[in-house]
Amino acid sequence: MSPLRNVRNWLDERLEWDELVAPLRKKTVPLHRFSYWYFLGGITLFLFVIQVLTGILLLLYYRPGANEAFESIQYIMTQVQFGWLIRSIHSWSANLMIFTAFAHMFSVLFLKAYRKPRELTWVSGVILLFVVMGFGFSGYLLPWNTLAFFATKVGTEITGQVPIVGRPMMIFLRGGEEVTGATLTRFFGFHVAVLPGLATVLILLHLLLVQRLGISVPPRLEAEWSANPSAKRQMKFFPNFALRELMAWYVALAVLGALAAIFPWNLGVKADPFSPAPAGIKPEWYFLFMFQTLKLIPAKMWFIDGEVVGVLAFGLLGMLWLLLPFLESSQPLRTKSWITGFAALALAYITGMSLYGHLAR
Amino acid sequence: MPTPEQAIVNSSQLLPPPTPRRRFVKVLLGGGLLASAAAFLYPVLRYLVPPTTADLGGDSVVAGRVGELKLNSGKIFRFGSRPGLLIRTASGEYRAMSATCTHLSCTVQYRDDLREVWCACHNGKYNLDGRNISGPPPRPLEAFDVQVRGDEIFVRRRREA
Repeated sequence: MSPLRNVRNWLDERLEWDELVAPLRKKTVPLHRFSYWYFLGGITLFLFVIQVLTGILLLLYYRPGANEAFESIQYIMTQVQFGWLIRSIHSWSANLMIFTAFAHMFSVLFLKAYRKPRELTWVSGVILLFVVMGFGFSGYLLPWNTLAFFATKVGTEITGQVPIVGRPMMIFLRGGEEVTGATLTRFFGFHVAVLPGLATVLILLHLLLVQRLGISVPPRLEAEWSANPSAKRQMKFFPNFALRELMAWYVALAVLGALAAIFPWNLGVKADPFSPAPAGIKPEWYFLFMFQTLKLIPAKMWFIDGEVVGVLAFGLLGMLWLLLPFLESSQPLRTKSWITGFAALALAYITGMSLYGHLAR
Repeated sequence: MPTPEQAIVNSSQLLPPPTPRRRFVKVLLGGGLLASAAAFLYPVLRYLVPPTTADLGGDSVVAGRVGELKLNSGKIFRFGSRPGLLIRTASGEYRAMSATCTHLSCTVQYRDDLREVWCACHNGKYNLDGRNISGPPPRPLEAFDVQVRGDEIFVRRRREA
């Protein structure tokens, strides 16, 4: 008997291991021409793991604090061996992760995977997306460079526009009236303690739900398959799909490594709170569509400030987005619904506004 | 549509394990995975090793000023990134040595009551030449050369003979 088998038997005797992994063995993945979209969630998870690992590595040398943060990253990038690579991977992986999370979300929308019984999977996923954007926003400040400083100033200022709760929220985020070293300390805490804990719980919940409910089949296909069961095609999750997913991760890693090595992330110029904002201050690309919208709203709409209208509208849309599955009537065989149209509109708006914001002076 | 017989023939043609080919593919795949694992681990391991900091201060530092130290007293000064101990003996002589105890690297101090160098951590004692005379220290403290130039007391590392 091989030693590996011995260990397995030992575990099985105590934990009923076989029973524990039985659902994974039974799990299947539906096969159809949209099956490739099923890889996106896994790739996002993989990039999250990369973020955790490289984040821990960066913590070995990073020092939060207005007088040290920039210098410590400079040190990482110039003195520590392969420090530039680790930091570059962390930055690139963050951006790719947000991209794949968005892509995953829209694929779920268009394949209508959010329908009953998967409403909670959707809700946990959307909250995860918000958490990931929080990671992006808080992590952006940590190098304490000019771009990050002013992006954070603007971003927290926008939070302050929300009526009643806005100002206290802004002061909570900034750790005072202004963006200072205190803000950096807070954002550091959010970035390495609060958000990772939250994300871990949500990811576990999300995966548990996916595991429990199985993988969704697009409604039209579902109807076809239930009418003609012999047409149904599926693949075992383990090992067939898992190995394919592994290959997808391998490709993602290659892309990530290439991007990080060929286009190392810039550090920029150290933030000086008493210098004017340089031209072309923009947030990270995934906030750009909101940023650009706020820029286009007139200063006064009727008797309310334009900013307030914009912020409230985005807040409302965010809520709507979170509760999307509950807004659709549960007609099992309806393949077209207003949500598909709404999703297409949102995708077009986000893409269009992001491009506009990117190109605009 | 192949007849069942044909299907059997086809599968039996496929079934005999083409062992060398499969082994070759396995080795290729395993080797590739191993190589990429090594390629990821190598930078990480190198990253974990902190860069050596340059030993600032070189060989010679100003440890203090004449008149700063009373007779029979001592002070700690910076020698590069480590502490050094400058002593003015009861007879007015200057002595200097490393202040890092050779036992477990605590910082030693001059005891004017004992007229010895004493380590508070484990009661190690050294004489004024830095020689370990009592307690756990295994080796003497590195002694430095002292030079008084004008107002300043210079301490330098002894050149190896």
